[in-house]
Amino acid sequence: MKTVIVVGNGMVGYKFCEKFVAKIDQDSFKLIVFGEEPRVAYDRVHLSEYFENGDAERLSMAPREWYQEHNIELFTNERVTDIHRNSKTITTLSEKTFNYDYLVLATGSSPFVPQINGVDKDGVFVYRTIEDLEETLAYAEKIKKTVQKPKAAILGGGLLGLEAAKAVMDMGLEPHVVEFAPKLMPRQLDTRSSKVLQVKLESMGINIHLSKATNQILGNGHVIGMEFGEDDVLNVDMLVISAGIRPRDELGKSCGLKMGTRGGIVVDNKMRTSDSSIFAIGEIALYNQMIYGLVAPGYEMAGVAVDQIIGLEETTMAAEIDMSTKLKLIGVDVASFGTPFMPAEKGHSIIFENKTESLYKRINVSHDGKRLLGGILVGDAKDYNMLLQMYLNEMPLPKNPENLILGSRSGEDVSFGSAMDLPDTAVVCSCEAVSKGQICCSVKEDGNESLKAIAKATKATTGCGGCKPMVDDLVKETLKSLGKVVKESVCEHFEYSRQELYDIVKLKKIEDYDSLLDEVGKGHGCEVCKPAVASIFASIYNETANRQETIQDTNDRFLANIQRNGTYSVVPRVAAGEITPKQLLAMGRIAQKYDLYTKITGGQRIDMFGAQLHELPLIWEELIAEGFETGQAYGKSLRTVKSCVGSTWCRYGMDESVTFAIDIENRYKGIRSPHKIKGGVSGCIRECAEARNKDFGFIAVEGGWNVYICGNGGANPQHAQLLVEKVDKITATKYVDRFLMYYIQTAPPLTRTAAWLDKLEGGIDYVKDVVINDCLGIADQLDNEMQHLVDTYKCEWKEAVENPEIRARYSHFVNAEEADDTIEFVSLREQKMPKAWV
Amino acid sequence: MISNLNTYEVVEPENVSIWFKAAPVVKFPKNGGACVKYKDKQIAVFNFTREGTWYACQNLCPHKMEMVLSRGMIGEDQGEPKVACPLHKNSFSLKTGKHLNGDLDRIATYPVKIEDGFVYIGFSE
Ligand code: SRM
Ligand SMILES: Cc1cc2nc3c(=O)[nH]c(=O)nc-3n(C[C@H](O)[C@H](O)[C@H](O)COP(=O)(O)OP(=O)(O)OC[C@H]3O[C@@H](n4cnc5c(N)ncnc54)[C@H](O)[C@@H]3O)c2cc1C
Ligand code: SF4
Ligand code: FES
Repeated sequence: MKTVIVVGNGMVGYKFCEKFVAKIDQDSFKLIVFGEEPRVAYDRVHLSEYFENGDAERLSMAPREWYQEHNIELFTNERVTDIHRNSKTITTLSEKTFNYDYLVLATGSSPFVPQINGVDKDGVFVYRTIEDLEETLAYAEKIKKTVQKPKAAILGGGLLGLEAAKAVMDMGLEPHVVEFAPKLMPRQLDTRSSKVLQVKLESMGINIHLSKATNQILGNGHVIGMEFGEDDVLNVDMLVISAGIRPRDELGKSCGLKMGTRGGIVVDNKMRTSDSSIFAIGEIALYNQMIYGLVAPGYEMAGVAVDQIIGLEETTMAAEIDMSTKLKLIGVDVASFGTPFMPAEKGHSIIFENKTESLYKRINVSHDGKRLLGGILVGDAKDYNMLLQMYLNEMPLPKNPENLILGSRSGEDVSFGSAMDLPDTAVVCSCEAVSKGQICCSVKEDGNESLKAIAKATKATTGCGGCKPMVDDLVKETLKSLGKVVKESVCEHFEYSRQELYDIVKLKKIEDYDSLLDEVGKGHGCEVCKPAVASIFASIYNETANRQETIQDTNDRFLANIQRNGTYSVVPRVAAGEITPKQLLAMGRIAQKYDLYTKITGGQRIDMFGAQLHELPLIWEELIAEGFETGQAYGKSLRTVKSCVGSTWCRYGMDESVTFAIDIENRYKGIRSPHKIKGGVSGCIRECAEARNKDFGFIAVEGGWNVYICGNGGANPQHAQLLVEKVDKITATKYVDRFLMYYIQTAPPLTRTAAWLDKLEGGIDYVKDVVINDCLGIADQLDNEMQHLVDTYKCEWKEAVENPEIRARYSHFVNAEEADDTIEFVSLREQKMPKAWV
Repeated sequence: MISNLNTYEVVEPENVSIWFKAAPVVKFPKNGGACVKYKDKQIAVFNFTREGTWYACQNLCPHKMEMVLSRGMIGEDQGEPKVACPLHKNSFSLKTGKHLNGDLDRIATYPVKIEDGFVYIGFSE
């Protein structure tokens, strides 16, 4: 039995283990892994997600048990300090010694910290590990308490620096990116695209300082600013350094392996170092005189080292390594592939730039016009995957290559074929090196007919995830080519789409979840299908969430939004944001009585937080007595119809937006839908109510109302599209009735209207055809169904407080009257908030 | 009171020394859960009507240490009965307490029996 020791349990070290155990039988090799970090290997590429969910476990590449199950001896928190090549042993910081037959160095790199005066001050951080992030976050929290409007600088405007900028912005600090070069992302972008990106980032609130050489970091003990030149100072309260990486090659150096002049351990195309029993892979390896700071080449190196060790010596590293990248920054697409900047003697470039829309697209084409050599995309990178494939596979270009970035105009040849046109050898997932052929074959021959099954079988999409749309297309297209219907089934319990289930419930007149499961489903259901089916019952029978309470999502089950500490919030409806002083007083009195935290929401109404389960019916009883109704802030249903003051008060108003908004909010209140729906009504095109940010919106114009549909804010903002112009209120309402009803019946679960429209064949024109021209002949039916929902509305909170059986659900314990004594609040600006999570 | 994960330890059926009479069966919603207080413990009890079984586990979600699991939705994943936490949808096996969509700590499970229309939970102390 031979022993293989892996030093470094990072992304590439882990990948080595994964590929190794898949290929060997466990009696011939013993695998021992050392990682310096306290955690098992995790996905550094998605480090920023840690802010969004605070969930470190979710990032891990595989749980600790995985190593046990595969007989891998794993030591975390254990740095390897010495390699003794003569005795083929290593020693660790805790002075343990181990023998190896093969040694694999996967020690990665560390952030490069330039020797600037003052970098050792408190408040200076780097961005590489979860611990870095936690420390940064803790410091940010601290300065937020002492400094008003705290600022943070990021030293370095490259790929990682911009990610770090987004992260500090999410921490609530004002971000300032400081870059030495005269442009952002100097390695990937040309000057013009960099400018487009800069303008876009600035509009998002990220401040950019270019051509700045930092002389020193100011502050007494902790950072208070950066000095660039005399009188050129930027005051900041925190600094994150992201100025490049340096390979962690100290082990290689001390044991005398051949090193690169600027660091890194030299390897050949077999990943061997100058010592044939020692391999180096990932960001530590200097291959072709380069360090590759990306996971895809690292994974490929891991595969090569595995094969070399088990004796498959013909596997070697590709001679040329693709460095194409797509940035994950939320809100702006940035991608660069192949040769992004190309001297004119090599070919010519086609460039499209539109600064007002923050768009820049460049492709570089060979002189004969036949090959794509590289390119840059800013603002819209949806074609990145296809372009990259054309480049990598040297596919022939269309006659007018500009169509590739401009789309087909005047009926010329369509720019792209489908993903199916790619050669079988095309590597679609570069992180895991999965080809188109492997994916299609897995669909056809192994019956892996969903994205999830493919990911499990081939690992495609499990790296950076950038190839997901393309893999999804391949799966669907392959299924279609086999004559199979592409099923969008709700979950493992129902092999039907939501739309099909909707029809089944309606036609078979099924009235409860259990019967539906017995008749057309299997198993016992789950948290995915239960709420989806609950929403269908609500849309068809207009039943409230009270009847089948255990199939409702948590918030619906108790008719309130659950909060951090298991308490709930209370949001009464305030249609269109119009509220009388008397109602305000009543709400204030009730909130004070139950000691609730109050805040004006982004939806023009008032949210009262911190109610315990048993208090909910008491609070609602009082609110209802004052004339309030539930605001359904918890439901996948109508939230608010936002309104501006309109022509009643505003000097520009073209019509009465408040009146219209109140009518509309009352019309659609309580209606359950696949996702939440929001509306807006603006009195003129100044659009103060942000109607075009909503699922439906009305804007008063000369001669009537313009109707917009399918917009939203949130994570992927999308402007609503024009459905019809200058119609009267009745017509406007009728069209929106039909549109909503059609959406409710046909959308997949948890899909907002914008995402639904994106997927709908024919897009907005088709919706117009259905709701205005009645091309399906269902307009009357849609009208009637909507009217039924409007006519049968009832306030579900009124129902709950008046019905003793429903009311009895609101108790923390079934066997004791008392409240949950584990809930703790702390004070906050004369109100209260939940005690923070640790 | 600070709720502590160590308060909750798995009780195997053979180790039950006390059958705590919690509440009448009718107090528990069909295919749903409710919370039972036993000394300083909070136990989530689920009436999995479709399976015809009852399950009990700690009410404390090990993700953010909140007392909420009894309000989670129950269901089944490839035959494994589970509860999904209402806060972030981490789900746990009701049989073994194992975290099914990640690697949080196992939650403690407890034996349940039904007698004369009452729900009893098994404890070892
Ligand atoms: C309270 C409020 C924030 C505030 O303090 O202002 C809020 C709070 C929550 N929002 Fe929101 N959103 C609130 C206005 C908004 C807005 C602004 C608006 O409506 O004009 C948006 C962007 C507009 C939009 O939706 O298009 C917004 C976009 C979201 C999203 C992203 C939706 C998307 O399609 O991308 C979520 C997540 C989701 O629904 O899946 C979300 C989810 C949530 C949840 C329900 C998260 C949760 O499940 O706990 C928060 C519940 C807190 C609570 O218990 O009340 N909230 N949320 C606002 C309540 C408005 C109201 O009166 O009902
Ligand atoms: C915020 C961020 C975003 C990124 N985004 C992308 C992206 O979008 N696409 C992309 O392709 N790449 C991205 N990268 C780069 C990618 O994460 C790295 O290329 C990859 O992690 C390299 O893997 P590795 O195993 O070589 O090094 P690492 O993941 O750094 O692992 C090396 C490990 O070895 C340990 N170690 C070092 N010395 C020793 C020792 N002596 N003993 C024991 N253990 C030791 C280290 O502690 C570390 O845990 C990103 C990186 C960061 C930080
Ligand atoms: S209220 Fe909305 S934006 Fe704010 S933290 Fe909650 S979900 Fe996120
Ligand atoms: S608290 Fe239970 S999943 Fe987060």
